[in-house]
Amino acid sequence: MKILVCIKQVPDMESRFKPDSAGVWYSDTDLAFRMNEYDEYAVEQAVQLKEQLGGEPEVVVLSVGPDRVVEALKKALAMGCDRAVQVQDPAAHLKDPWQIASAIAAYAKGENFNLIFTGLQSQDRGSAQVGVTLAEILGIASVTTIVGFEYADGSVTVRRELEGGLKARVQLKTPALVTCQLGLNVPRYPTLPNIMKAKKKEILTLPVGELLHEEARSVTASFYAPPKKSGGIVLEGDVAVQVDQLLDILRDKTTVLR
Amino acid sequence: MKTLLIAECREGKFLDTNYELFGFADKLGATSAMVLVGRQDDLPAFAGKLYLADAAKFGEYNPDLHKKLILATVDQEKPDYIVFGHTSYGWDLAPRVAAALKAPQLSEVVGVADGGFELPSCNMKMRRTVKPQGTPVLLTLQGGAFPVLKPGGTPQVVPLETAGEPGVNFLGYEPAVAKDVNLSKAEIIVSAGRGIGKPENVPAIAALAKALGGELGASRPVVDGGWVDHAHQVGTTGQTVSPKLYIACGISGAIQHLAGMKKSGFIVAINKDKDAPIGEVADVLVVADVMQFVPALTAKLGK
Ligand SMILES: Cc1cc2nc3c(=O)[nH]c(=O)nc-3n(C[C@H](O)[C@H](O)[C@H](O)COP(=O)(O)OP(=O)(O)OC[C@H]3O[C@@H](n4cnc5c(N)ncnc54)[C@H](O)[C@@H]3O)c2cc1C
Ligand SMILES: Nc1ncnc2c1ncn2[C@@H]1O[C@H](COP(=O)(O)O)[C@@H](O)[C@H]1O
Repeated sequence: MKILVCIKQVPDMESRFKPDSAGVWYSDTDLAFRMNEYDEYAVEQAVQLKEQLGGEPEVVVLSVGPDRVVEALKKALAMGCDRAVQVQDPAAHLKDPWQIASAIAAYAKGENFNLIFTGLQSQDRGSAQVGVTLAEILGIASVTTIVGFEYADGSVTVRRELEGGLKARVQLKTPALVTCQLGLNVPRYPTLPNIMKAKKKEILTLPVGELLHEEARSVTASFYAPPKKSGGIVLEGDVAVQVDQLLDILRDKTTVLR
Repeated sequence: MKTLLIAECREGKFLDTNYELFGFADKLGATSAMVLVGRQDDLPAFAGKLYLADAAKFGEYNPDLHKKLILATVDQEKPDYIVFGHTSYGWDLAPRVAAALKAPQLSEVVGVADGGFELPSCNMKMRRTVKPQGTPVLLTLQGGAFPVLKPGGTPQVVPLETAGEPGVNFLGYEPAVAKDVNLSKAEIIVSAGRGIGKPENVPAIAALAKALGGELGASRPVVDGGWVDHAHQVGTTGQTVSPKLYIACGISGAIQHLAGMKKSGFIVAINKDKDAPIGEVADVLVVADVMQFVPALTAKLGK
């Protein structure tokens, strides 16, 4: 069995974002990058399946992006993936979801993966498109937003999360792709011995030009901060003073403090 | 300009949120037709063309057949825009239709901008204007971004059929777990978010809730991590609340959380990040370390 996990590297969402010089995406400087949160669940599920099957499946982790994404790939290797592929693209941020999915599909086509795990969405772009689009290009079945996963004899049974706490149970046959939602499992922390072991694992670099021959179907014209809400009060400074200020406001503006 | 609106039916019911699709079409000044895989006896109040497929036959979640049904309609209608809600139905189905049509898709649209559409990015901290290249254009709309509009009238029903094998097998719904905590009646809710740092800090948040005579709420990561029971979760996949006072402790303000609490009477957010999107809805944003501020507030209330 062969498994593919697609991961994206994204900035820490607590960062302060500034437009880049072209004004179409964030500027990379001063940002700390990490693995997209949704993709951590994807990596964990793939590794759990490998363990369930006695270590037999090969788990390949792939990311499209500039050289910094190797850090995220290394984390996935330390979590238990077997080898990594960097689709090297310094301009990945200018590609649309269709192009990212096409590039991944071009790699995946020859590899005949039985199962593909992706995140539901990326935290920075959040299009929730790359996973399903990849499955459609490859012509395999897919289910999105999974919060439960079971595998037995070439068949996958998932719990698919809907709004308001409702879930659907869905079954599909491999080859298949699933997109992982928050809370699917508890992603492991790489241990020191596993980080050391991961250093010996292969990281293949493929220039994006070898894989991607599709034009973008959408382009970002501008990237900006949304207009600030007016009227909100911001309290800064000493905690004891903030407490008193807040209590005054609550007494003044609400009826809940007696 | 022509829009094809893709309605959603869940557990046999036409969802009210479908009316936001009409609100969007109205904003574009476009005419619309609707596609519904639903029930003959539960139709929208809309006097236009309704392409109706029977959910009893095609299922409520059956992406492959639903894709075919939509493609058949696109053939007839030749719309400029094919519009979905950005829901578990829309984000699952739209990319499938887009791939078949080789058409652009823009996700989670929050506004119409000149020559393009506004989309949120970076957990709603930023926005971008995106221009589609080619037609038709598939769009999924963020819940609540466009107004509910009930056009009124009776639709002109066009029956819709297709054939083929589903790629996935829908086994059935699992009901939401019964909630032993009813947050919808609480007058005060104090919610814990990931910013509290660790499960050992939950009692400090609960203590503030208690001191105010309110209930404990939580954001999703706190629930997923097992720090707080799911019955306390606020948001699209938890409860929708509107207390007189909502205090968000270390919560960034993702759209799925805001959807569950933005109608609260008065909103206080405690966050160390002055730019956190929760500031968009907060009446008061306290810029502080939540584990310093909350115990200090609780202590003062105890006096
Ligand atoms: C389909 C779907 C459904 C979802 N449903 C829900 C839902 O029902 N409810 C829900 O809540 N989420 C839901 N989510 C998840 C949502 O998108 C966010 O991931 C989640 O709300 C983030 O929770 P948070 O704000 O606690 O954590 P984070 O986004 O990690 O934010 C933590 C915040 O704490 C602040 N902080 C950190 N340390 C401190 C400190 N020491 N002092 C003060 N502040 C600090 C940070 O600045 C940050 O703003 C859903 C997501 C999807 C895709
Ligand atoms: N640059 C990328 N490299 C590898 N996988 C990606 C990339 N971008 C998106 N993905 C995958 O597709 C999922 C959905 O991303 P998106 O469509 O951008 O919301 C992510 O959770 C990843 O699993």
